[in-house]
Amino acid sequence: MASVNCIECEGEIPLEEDVMAGEILQCPHCGSELEVVSLDPVKLDLAPEVQEDWGE
Amino acid sequence: MRIGVLYANIRVEEKLLFKELDRRGITYDLIDVRKLVFNLKEKSKWQEYDVILERCISHSRAMASLRIFDSWGIPCVNNYTVGEICGDKLNTSLALIKNGVRTPEVKVAFTPESALEAIEEMGYPVVLKPAVGSWGRLLARINDREAAEAILEHKSILGTYHHSIYYIQEHINKPGRDIRSFVVGDETICAVVRKSEHWITNTARGGQTANWPICEETDRLSREAAKAVGGGIVAVDLMEDEKGELFVNEVNYTMEFRNSIEPTGVNIPEKVIDYIIAVGEGKIDPVTNSPKSSEKEVT
Repeated sequence: MASVNCIECEGEIPLEEDVMAGEILQCPHCGSELEVVSLDPVKLDLAPEVQEDWGE
Repeated sequence: MRIGVLYANIRVEEKLLFKELDRRGITYDLIDVRKLVFNLKEKSKWQEYDVILERCISHSRAMASLRIFDSWGIPCVNNYTVGEICGDKLNTSLALIKNGVRTPEVKVAFTPESALEAIEEMGYPVVLKPAVGSWGRLLARINDREAAEAILEHKSILGTYHHSIYYIQEHINKPGRDIRSFVVGDETICAVVRKSEHWITNTARGGQTANWPICEETDRLSREAAKAVGGGIVAVDLMEDEKGELFVNEVNYTMEFRNSIEPTGVNIPEKVIDYIIAVGEGKIDPVTNSPKSSEKEVT
């Protein structure tokens, strides 16, 4: 399984085969929420902070 | 069929919906609302879509986009009206009350002084909520006057202008759980019970889900609530009082369902995509969310 390193703690984050740009991942080591910003190569950024109007 | 999916961040729910579209071999365009620019005089490229599935995490961006699509006559699920009603608790309460759907008492006030008066009239405890908000954020159960004064002062000084509208809801003394039902079109497809030791039972706040068999009351109230807000695809939050009577608390129009598939055994993404396709094929009116007249005759 492919993986990528967390930009916060550098821990290894496994990637599903169908990982998508825009997807939100949670680092299993430090709990950071990360957004996949590109796929080739996979790059991560910190996920946007929750806004007041976010939800369902 | 051409389907567009409007999104900002891809959550588990979006991936499940994509998988269902992929399974059926349906192609779709991903439309990241953060990169989107609308030219209000250029609607032609958007009119190529048979239906747009709205899955934005941001209510304000969703509403602006849906308002534009609505103006251009592009079918959306959910549509602008449903989003406008469900995304604002004041609108939801008005729609539920207007349609005779059982829901807790609500008072609305515009200053800390009048809000305090309204709270005292209602009697403690009460629940103070932001009109726009989700995931149980900024809810306050106010148990006494001292807490009311403190929270109202905090809101008036620290809050944005949205918080100067005080939405005060009767507290329903629910038994450590609430119920979430999922309604697609005119069908209650499944329901879960969310349990928590905290009075806020949202799964986003740690509530645990289990299957809730759909009884006649759950089904009736869920479908009534969905119809009151304009139909489509919604998740209805229900609360029981001490007598076991159910009340509609809120209705969600961009529903999250990741924790409800396994306990219910219902393939929620499949039901959602069935509905999207029916709208895209013109079998369901995207404005009224009712089967088109020819379909009604068939059924």
